[in-house]
Amino acid sequence: MSKKPSAIADIKAESAVKATDYALAPINAALSSTQRIELYRTMIRIRRFEERSLRAYQGKNPSGGTNIGGFLHLYIGQEAVAVGCCSLMGKNDHVITAYRDHGHAIAVGMDTKPLMAELYGKITGCSKGKGGSMHYFAPDKNFWGGHGIVGGQIPLGTGLAYALKYQGKKGAAMAFMGDGAVNQGAVHEAYNLASLWNLPVVFVIENNGYSMGTSQARSSAGQLAKRAEGYNMTWGQCDGHDVYEVRALMDKHLTLAREQSRPSTVEIDTYRYRGHSVADPDNTYRTKTEIEEYRNKKDPIQVSLHKLLAEGVLTETLADQIDAEARAEAESAAEFADASPYPTPDDIQKDVYWESDHPAQRKSEGRLFFD
Amino acid sequence: MPQITYREAIRHALAEELTRDPNVVVMGEEVAQFNGAYKVTDGLLATFGPTRIVDTPISEAGFIGLGVGASMLGIRPVMELMFWSFYSVAFDQILNNAANVRYMSGGQINCPIVIRGPANGGTNVGATHSHTPENVLANHPGVKVVVPATAYDAKGLLKSAIRDNDPVFFLENTILYGDKGEVPEAEYVIPLGKADIKRVGADLTIVTYGRCVIHSLKAAEVLEKDHGISVEVVDLRTIRPLDFDTVLASVKKTNRVLIVEEQKPFASVGTQLAYMIQREAFDDLDGPIHRLATIDAPAIYSPPVETEQLPNPGRVIKAVLAAMA
Repeated sequence: MSKKPSAIADIKAESAVKATDYALAPINAALSSTQRIELYRTMIRIRRFEERSLRAYQGKNPSGGTNIGGFLHLYIGQEAVAVGCCSLMGKNDHVITAYRDHGHAIAVGMDTKPLMAELYGKITGCSKGKGGSMHYFAPDKNFWGGHGIVGGQIPLGTGLAYALKYQGKKGAAMAFMGDGAVNQGAVHEAYNLASLWNLPVVFVIENNGYSMGTSQARSSAGQLAKRAEGYNMTWGQCDGHDVYEVRALMDKHLTLAREQSRPSTVEIDTYRYRGHSVADPDNTYRTKTEIEEYRNKKDPIQVSLHKLLAEGVLTETLADQIDAEARAEAESAAEFADASPYPTPDDIQKDVYWESDHPAQRKSEGRLFFD
Repeated sequence: MPQITYREAIRHALAEELTRDPNVVVMGEEVAQFNGAYKVTDGLLATFGPTRIVDTPISEAGFIGLGVGASMLGIRPVMELMFWSFYSVAFDQILNNAANVRYMSGGQINCPIVIRGPANGGTNVGATHSHTPENVLANHPGVKVVVPATAYDAKGLLKSAIRDNDPVFFLENTILYGDKGEVPEAEYVIPLGKADIKRVGADLTIVTYGRCVIHSLKAAEVLEKDHGISVEVVDLRTIRPLDFDTVLASVKKTNRVLIVEEQKPFASVGTQLAYMIQREAFDDLDGPIHRLATIDAPAIYSPPVETEQLPNPGRVIKAVLAAMA
């Protein structure tokens, strides 16, 4: 990104501010200066966390191995979506998402140290090094993953909404998916059940234009969110580069879920600058020019920064300070991850069964594990 | 002690657990208004109402996945698959999500779901409806797999399954639904992972489970009467966790073993048992481990031939005589 560690330097002259100013929507107008800054801060914390994780992924550790194995699906460019949506969560609202989950995890309030440690495969990771990048979970933050199979989490998210309704709790589930997921059968089965049973769920399609390396035009017929109409669900669509716009739209849909127990679908247009995963060469299906266009004109952090400066909420000095803190936090998370121990072979068979982890309360008999 | 059917025993277990725990929900295709495709849930809607007994669309991936998600928030869904054969369309929900969510979350999330329904051949419904996936299911650490053979076992095991904090897959049998057995009126539970010696014998151990227990018991009577062979029948009841100690003790006593299972032979439950028996009782065996399984082809429709494709008392007798030769 920028050469010197200044958020201000990232601002391009053409940074777009939309004509429709969603900052005036009641849900945004009510935000205090501190709250506005926090939205910005969370976005930049996600960005710096992921940039740091990318360096760790690409670098070697001192023993010559890799710091991070497997896949690393970066959210860079999409931060306003998770931050906007999760900033609206109340105590009975729940989130579930797919494998591009770092942004959601930070947005619901997970500490970045165990998140980075999870990437490093350390026992101090949020899933004790058992899940990896795609499988972050924090039930104490109402965050239910982090799921690896495209669309497979959407029935689960619908089940969270079912549980809320069964338990008589006034809340909503947000079930996030990418644009590629809308073609999976499980998503459509979940749509049908949610609408049929009046479940308080918002299906959030983060449309970054590409299902892995296949563009929307080559993978999906029609407008993605409009498929909701076939299930008698309302739907909405917005620009996901402006955190205020995301919040304005999501607020309506969450209210529908919480107040009327009706599901709906939203399609939030966004863009990822990096490949589908870091392993993706990213030069076969889109142009560098296209990526630069988004970076220069629609970057959610720049859009937000520009607005906050214009609103007089943020000063250049404070913006630089927030960025420096986010970089320091990411560095500190990497140091924590680096210094943490790996799980041991003895840990492999822990956390498999509730019963084997609670031997004193075990009621079944016989062998649970085999060799 | 009253005699009730295997079907009624399962229904009684459901009713008792629905009464005991308000978080228990019964969900599946035709379980409510239709009173169950196989009438297992007959009358439950009238007793417990539509919030507890829920008809679903024909949408296994959707409703099983919904149950998995609900269980993460403390609901205890008991999901009926009209046939376990339909698990294939919900495979990702069952074996990626239910089986793995505890592990991948580092033990933070539990999935106390029960998925139950019949898993058997022998009803002339062709290959798509005749799968016996207990080996496939049990191959996934994190899940428990139960296959009851009698009314008594079905009731006691299902109650344990519903109270279990791990995902439990409960495989019933349409042919056994009408079989009657003695079931006490007083409440009881049978722990998962506890085998039951259904017949005591001295010459050969049959290790089996599900409907093959019934075949083996019939065969054992004939073998005793006509051939003077004393067969011990060990009913596993639960595939995972596995009560291997009971199997081992029996094999060490009889020194001969025949595994009988309604599975296709390749990588079946019996394959695992045979490995474990040779590993832990090699010196106790007077002969090779024998195994009788379903004849290795997709389930044939033709009614009289399907009977011969599956284990049956006649095939069990032949297999025992071969093992004793």
